[in-house]
Amino acid sequence: MKKSMFATILAAAGLVSLASCGNNDCPAEQKPAGEAEGKVLNVMCWNNEFQQRFESFYPDFVGQRKEGSITYDMLRDGTKVRFIIEPNDNNNYQNKLDAALKAQESTAADEKIDMFLIEADYATKYTKSDYTLDLKADIGLTDADLAEQYQYTKDIVTVDGKLKATSWQATPGLFAYRRDLAQQVLGVSEPADVQKELSDWTKFNAVAKKAHEKGIKMLSGFADNFRPYSNNMEKPWVEEKDGEKVVRLDPKIKEWIVTTKDYATKGYIDDVKLWSGQWQADQGPQGYEVVSGEGENQTVSKGKLTFGFFYSTWGINFTLAGNADPQHLGKVYTEDGKLDVSKSLYGDYAVCEGPASWYWGGSWLCAAKGTDNKGLVNDIMYKLTCSQQIAKSITRETQDYTNNKAAMHSIATDATYGSDFLGGQNHIALFENSAAKISMKNAGPYDQTLNEGIQNAFEPFFFGTATYQSCLTAYKSTVEEKVNGLTFASDWSSWDGVSL
Amino acid sequence: MKKENLRRSNKRIRYDKWGYLFLIPFFIVFVLFTLFPLAKTFLYSFQRYFDDQLETVGPFWCGLENYRYIFTSGANDPRSILLFDVTLTTDAHISSFLYYLMNTIVIWILGFVPQIALSLFLAVCFTNTRLKIKGQAFWKTVIYMPNLIMAAAFGMLFYMIFAQNGPVINTLAQWGWIDKANVKPLDSDELWTHLIIAGLNCLMWFGNTTLLLMSGVMGIDPSIYESASIDGAGPQRTFWQITMPLLRPIFLYVFITSMIGGIQLFDVAQVYTQTTGGMLKSSETVMMYLFNLVTVKHNYGQAGALSVILFFITFFLSVCIYLSTYKSKNMNRAMQRAKAKRLRSYRHCSATQEEMARLAAAKGE
Repeated sequence: MKKSMFATILAAAGLVSLASCGNNDCPAEQKPAGEAEGKVLNVMCWNNEFQQRFESFYPDFVGQRKEGSITYDMLRDGTKVRFIIEPNDNNNYQNKLDAALKAQESTAADEKIDMFLIEADYATKYTKSDYTLDLKADIGLTDADLAEQYQYTKDIVTVDGKLKATSWQATPGLFAYRRDLAQQVLGVSEPADVQKELSDWTKFNAVAKKAHEKGIKMLSGFADNFRPYSNNMEKPWVEEKDGEKVVRLDPKIKEWIVTTKDYATKGYIDDVKLWSGQWQADQGPQGYEVVSGEGENQTVSKGKLTFGFFYSTWGINFTLAGNADPQHLGKVYTEDGKLDVSKSLYGDYAVCEGPASWYWGGSWLCAAKGTDNKGLVNDIMYKLTCSQQIAKSITRETQDYTNNKAAMHSIATDATYGSDFLGGQNHIALFENSAAKISMKNAGPYDQTLNEGIQNAFEPFFFGTATYQSCLTAYKSTVEEKVNGLTFASDWSSWDGVSL
Repeated sequence: MKKENLRRSNKRIRYDKWGYLFLIPFFIVFVLFTLFPLAKTFLYSFQRYFDDQLETVGPFWCGLENYRYIFTSGANDPRSILLFDVTLTTDAHISSFLYYLMNTIVIWILGFVPQIALSLFLAVCFTNTRLKIKGQAFWKTVIYMPNLIMAAAFGMLFYMIFAQNGPVINTLAQWGWIDKANVKPLDSDELWTHLIIAGLNCLMWFGNTTLLLMSGVMGIDPSIYESASIDGAGPQRTFWQITMPLLRPIFLYVFITSMIGGIQLFDVAQVYTQTTGGMLKSSETVMMYLFNLVTVKHNYGQAGALSVILFFITFFLSVCIYLSTYKSKNMNRAMQRAKAKRLRSYRHCSATQEEMARLAAAKGE
């Protein structure tokens, strides 16, 4: 009796669930495309940069709501947007993303990844796979929508004529320097004048020598100048030779190794790692005086001063601005009306093009295969990456450089526009100039491993604590432990830098 | 009569079946989560099986290819070998695996030596009846505490404490002991990295080892100490000639389990070196290598081969424990026999007993 009752209840429950599926909760494929939209949009990314852009500039965002341990971004129509943030270090983001994409088919509709972000260093890994949708055919962006985007931002993510990703930013790199130090070293501080002194690597090195004589470091970390060199490589990192994937030693990489070793030996560079606490402190006012002890025991020692940093668009408004003024003081003036650079460097930095045109990073949005929110994905992509109006307001409010030529040109030519952080300089005009020169023809799927690996592995060589050969072995081990099937070309261990 | 006996034995309740019943949950979990993955790992180690970008290659049979890879990869390149910051050679040709194994062992030794010394000292102090340390329970809890903290959290904490702009360097600079402008970051120095990782391990495990050794010391028959003190042996002599020899079995156990733990050294090193393995990978441990092969390279065949090799190393060490405890059991039995013999001989020596009685009587007066 009991058993049969239980069975009846089960059957009834089954019927109810079937019926409810008939109404509105069904998987998307049972309904005509464009109608069924999931209730949750899952976005996977490695930091909160995109989330901040989304919350500030997506018109339908109304606020956050916490449900259990998850905080959702709520949209006007009640759709929830969930940002899943996985840090980038040691390929962690890619690992988590890969696992999620592979499990996509067996995951419930509202748990599926709908959108994810990728970086230039590994973009091709995803754009060449079937896990990303064609934004024109599947999502519905049109050529007209995309017309104002920089061509390079489309080229790098176009595979066999299909556009697989879209970006809201272009990331040309510049050289950010401190006006007060430029005045000390070069006698000039305006960007145009400073650019004349730094327009190629020979001149750049000469300025480094001058700065050193005044007790100023030209750059902070060993890897600071890596991207300006590596972006200008002749060919991609990896080359196919007789069916083998070979890691080339590009002349530009050689040049980076020789120059950086030279800087390190002569003391033109501070011995710090990119992104370390000290590196960030080097960008701030602590470089000035370090006061220690109290009362009679108080000692004031002069810290290290760093002339400038290679940074790209996001770095200037997202990282440098924060590091330059860690206490959020804004502009601080001394009694005689000058900037007090011992408290805050806000307003002291300026940017110039520097010795090479280069780019660093950049994030693209991809639509994941299996998404049940195609309409929303289309809307977000259109509004945040194609809309001229929103692009303009992003740049005006965050000083980020957006991927819209028309919008950027109007700001670049706006005489009243200037960045307060950069002392009133219109940096958009400079970015516009160098964005046009960016080429990503050398980008490849192994770039993150190879770029990060070489910067880490060669550090002891620059420090002077290990030989080139030992560092090369460490570099090879790093690469071999992370990637399948790469071999190193023989010139890595036989060029004249070996004797350095 | 015989029939009755038989019937009785049939009626007897068989308790052993309950034993098997209670073992079932363990066996299910063991088979599912240990034996099955272990067998799969063995299987993978003979297969070519990896992810290339987003595509999976294999599994295909490939014989001993993965083992060959583990023992030869990296062996063609000249490698600097440093030991305690002294360059032993700049031209060693050893495979990455052997190099990481060497790093692991060096870090283990650096941590184990101070750990065992400290633990032994504390164990002897805590068990010494004359010292009568107050608040023993409190101190035992305190020394065990570090073991409760997650190793990764500990690693992160130390990374921050010893960072170039961290409190240690800043305080030393404030005292004027070092010149901050010229000091090189500690994590770019092989010896410091080894010492900090080893120190952390020591800090985490010395409490545990102390408790183990204490149980060993307390297991020693107090009458032996008594007779030693009657014979006039001082604390030092008692330690070296009674405590140490009788502690040998537990000592060996601690030594070998710590070695097995040492081979599995992972989280502290991984977090402290920020996954890079330190300068020239001189602080990369075998487990970190394995971690990279599985989670970054996604090469399940090579990772399988490495795991099998580690399995056999651990297996060998476990056999050592087994043999040593087996031996010490035999030794204990031999010692008991010797003690009984001695007692017998005391009984024969009536003069001594008479004397003892006289002494006792004198004391009583």
